[in-house]
Amino acid sequence: MIEVKNVDKSFDGNQVLKNVSAVFHTGKTNMIIGASGSGKTVLMKSIIGLHHIDNGKIEYDGRNLPDMLMGDIRILRREVGMLFQGSALFDSLTVLENVMYPLEMFSNTTKDEIIERARFCLKHVDLQEKAYQLAPSEISGGMQKRVAIARAIALQPKYLFCDEPNSGLDPQTSLIIDRLIHDITREFDITTIINSHDMNSVMEIGENIVFIEKGENAWQGTKEDIFEVENKSLNDFVFASELYKKVKKANK
Amino acid sequence: MNIFQDTGKYALLMRRVLVQPDRWRMFFRQFPKELEKLGLESLPIVIIISVFIGAIMTIQTKLNTENPLLPTYSTGLVTRDTLLLEFSSTILCLILAGKIGSNIASEIGTMRITEQIDAFEIMGVNSANYLILPKIVAFVCMMPFLVIFSMGVGLFGGYLVGVFTNIITTADYLVGIQYAFVPYYVFYSIVKSVVFAFLISSVAAFYGYYAYGGALDVGKASTNAVVNSSILILFFNLLITNLMLN
Repeated sequence: MIEVKNVDKSFDGNQVLKNVSAVFHTGKTNMIIGASGSGKTVLMKSIIGLHHIDNGKIEYDGRNLPDMLMGDIRILRREVGMLFQGSALFDSLTVLENVMYPLEMFSNTTKDEIIERARFCLKHVDLQEKAYQLAPSEISGGMQKRVAIARAIALQPKYLFCDEPNSGLDPQTSLIIDRLIHDITREFDITTIINSHDMNSVMEIGENIVFIEKGENAWQGTKEDIFEVENKSLNDFVFASELYKKVKKANK
Repeated sequence: MNIFQDTGKYALLMRRVLVQPDRWRMFFRQFPKELEKLGLESLPIVIIISVFIGAIMTIQTKLNTENPLLPTYSTGLVTRDTLLLEFSSTILCLILAGKIGSNIASEIGTMRITEQIDAFEIMGVNSANYLILPKIVAFVCMMPFLVIFSMGVGLFGGYLVGVFTNIITTADYLVGIQYAFVPYYVFYSIVKSVVFAFLISSVAAFYGYYAYGGALDVGKASTNAVVNSSILILFFNLLITNLMLN
């Protein structure tokens, strides 16, 4: 479980996060939603430790990240997997080498075992074997996301972060990636945090939702609660499209 | 003010770079690739520039020292000393600052803006050390060889002038390049080149590592890397020359 308590973060005097608190549960797909520029990426990067927060606590199962020394942070990060918006695969390595990289860096297993584990992870995300030796630039966006997920789970992380996992993908592939993340979260009992403004994803796999508005935690609950709650900014955000307005009406 | 901020940031980055690698195995996998990319792939440009500059220097020296009082071997001697003292270390490094500096800055800068560096950090890898150290070590190791190679090729360029023109005889040229040879000049040149190699690779890596934004910003980082490493080369050239030759 990851707990965020009263977090403030500003850049050059511009306060981006204001007293944000949230709880992200283990074995669930936790989602941070909000409009562009609301501060959700800053929140996610602060939780991971890529941004140093000004005030507050970020506890990974009781371990407060801001209190940790650099060495301890690096050890903690070995328990973390991340899927970046643009996949962030290493250009100079093949697909298989990308997944092998964290294993080669941090595990003490033999080369054969590393290859076996990397292949297992790639199979788990349904990537065809013929793509293993290709460069990341030679595969499609959806396949890149799969490789990035395989790399993120290679070291069996306890925490998985996904920054806009569906950006640039068609609706069908988005759905596949969403389900993949959801299944992995359940199967490996990971604390998964997904940063998204895609309402299809929220409705498909969101179990614990944190809504950020203008750098503040405006609401937290389940996707079922969204239809009931009377929060204007949340309603404006979630039911912006005609389709979701109809869905809301039908639910009522 | 910026210069102090940048110097501080550079020092902090170097503190992260110049530590023992997380995995030597990974370092030694990168190292030969960098030797090839930064060193061996620079050989063609080193050969072309050195042979032409050697030849041009010989012609110009001969034409500007037409004097019966000067010994005939003086052209070879001046060409050799100019190559040894200045061209094959400083001028060559200024040229390589353009090639290698922009290569390193754009490569690391692109990795920064495509979040690949963040991906290393999330994994718990010391990204600065993993990405930059092999480049610095490889370039520092290759530079003395490039400099010695450039000296040899440059002298050969001068020799070709004697072979293909009537400006100077090859015999005079060969006497000149052997006359009053000071081996210390080669040592001085190598010391300078090692310092310049460190400056080029580390400054370029610094600008690439802290690049942000998009493609335009990577281009800007690349330009800054070349300009600033060139200025530093000239400054350190003065400093080292004063220390070693004065």
